[in-house]
Amino acid sequence: MALFGTGAIKGLMVTLGYIRRKPFTTQYPEDKLEQSPRFRGNTFVWYEERCTGCATCAKGCPLGIIRIVTHPEPHSQVGSDYHVDVFDIDTGRCMFCALCVEVCPYDALHMGGDFEQASYGREDMVISVEDLKAMPKKPRTQFRPQMEMIGHDGKDELEEHEAGRWSL
Amino acid sequence: MQSPNQPNTVDSPDYDIEPVLLNLGPQHPSTHGVFRIRTLLDGEEVVDVEPVFGYLHRGSSKLAEERSYTQVITLTDRLDYLSGMTNNLAYVRAVEALAGVEVPERAQYLRVMTAELMRIASHLMAMGFLINDLGAWVTPLMHMFREREKVLDLFEMICGARITFSYMRIGGVSHDLPPGFDAAVNGFLDDFEERVAEYEKLLLENEILVSRMKGIAQLTGERAIECSVTGPNLRASGVNFDLRKQAPYEVYDRMNFDVPVTQNGDNWDRMWVRLQEMKESAKMVRQCMADLPDGITRTEADFFIRPPVGEVYSAIEATKGELGFYLVSDGTIAPYRCGIRAPSFINLTVLRELCIGWKLADLIVNFGTLDINVGEVDR
Ligand code: SF4
Ligand code: SF4
Repeated sequence: MALFGTGAIKGLMVTLGYIRRKPFTTQYPEDKLEQSPRFRGNTFVWYEERCTGCATCAKGCPLGIIRIVTHPEPHSQVGSDYHVDVFDIDTGRCMFCALCVEVCPYDALHMGGDFEQASYGREDMVISVEDLKAMPKKPRTQFRPQMEMIGHDGKDELEEHEAGRWSL
Repeated sequence: MQSPNQPNTVDSPDYDIEPVLLNLGPQHPSTHGVFRIRTLLDGEEVVDVEPVFGYLHRGSSKLAEERSYTQVITLTDRLDYLSGMTNNLAYVRAVEALAGVEVPERAQYLRVMTAELMRIASHLMAMGFLINDLGAWVTPLMHMFREREKVLDLFEMICGARITFSYMRIGGVSHDLPPGFDAAVNGFLDDFEERVAEYEKLLLENEILVSRMKGIAQLTGERAIECSVTGPNLRASGVNFDLRKQAPYEVYDRMNFDVPVTQNGDNWDRMWVRLQEMKESAKMVRQCMADLPDGITRTEADFFIRPPVGEVYSAIEATKGELGFYLVSDGTIAPYRCGIRAPSFINLTVLRELCIGWKLADLIVNFGTLDINVGEVDR
């Protein structure tokens, strides 16, 4: 064992070395850190035009918190066109695992990047179809490698045709 | 008991005190979650210890029975919330063994790399909280938290989440590496080597740490094997057992790494083994990034996969020890049974004998060096 006290002095020298380092922390509400393009935030981006109302996302959700109600459009061929009446995502129970985004076969649902979604009640945390339509269309690249290929970093708005696969 | 005509004074040599029952936790800062230890104290000395758990029980095994195999991955994130990647890995390996799914080589490398990064983060937390419990309030903990944040940033780049990764998938991993990841991980590793040297300077020569931990609560190798202790706790007791070496999975057989083993099995060794393992993990991450082959990262496996009827037990060396999943399939989309061998839970077996005879302050340290994660203990 070393001479008593030398270890503590060595430790303090390390501490002293920190004087000339920049702080690692940020003052949160004023300074915000950048999230990576794949970041899974607490919101969703939904392209109404791309969605067929197939409800694969509702089946893929481990918690079963997506509720979808559709009706067929009049004057269209059977099964070709459905209108989405209800698209509720209960984000109060959501764990933002993005499995719903992964399974969506038409690239209609994407993760959004916002994370400051505090509210006063659980009812306010349910995202309805109107909320989804109104949300800024800034999809994150989670499960959408084609967006990474076009250099999208999750901060810009994307049009409906840009959010899909190459073949579409 | 004292007879009434004998005055109970401190001066009388044969004074007699009844042991005191003390509840440590469930809301105690040193219990790392919601964990309760009932201790019987004779003065400062611990006479008996009884861990009481179940405060964080979420019924993961039962929940798994009503979810499809892919959806269960999200539950495994929450077992040991400090090492989600290794939990994911242990689970998907069990499903792959059950369904006979091949994993592409690139995905295997990515799995090893993320698992080793996770080991760094988890061991950092184990050491940070241990020193926190020793009384060096939050300063060393913040040093460790800083490095862990960088690892979590890397994970955020790969899979978009910082704690609940759900990165592994049946038949590979969910994402390939993002652009710019090479530079980020190499920057972290260069920095990390410097930081580990700093930790060694701060910790290994600190007289307080040495006198509080050396020779305290020794666990012999035989007793550790008898109690099924695994992970760094076992290797600190002189038993060279590491599933990464003994039963290599993924591409661990191609990795150059040493398994640190020490002989004393005391608190000091348990901390020292973790410190050395972090260095080895950093080496492995470097090697993975250098050897990373090209190719696909995921084979096509159905989201609602239906493995054939059968059962499987598959284990990996997770950060806390041998983490195993026992799955029974009845041919439907959900597992019929999902049993979890949680290393934290089984390592707790030795807590009682480690603490008896030592002081109450040592109990906190013994508990810290065992590196228990309550999320995994209660499941
Ligand atoms: S992110 Fe996960 S929990 Fe949330 S709605 Fe999608 S699948 Fe369900
Ligand atoms: S979001 Fe995708 S999965 Fe969900 S209903 Fe629309 S098209 Fe189907």
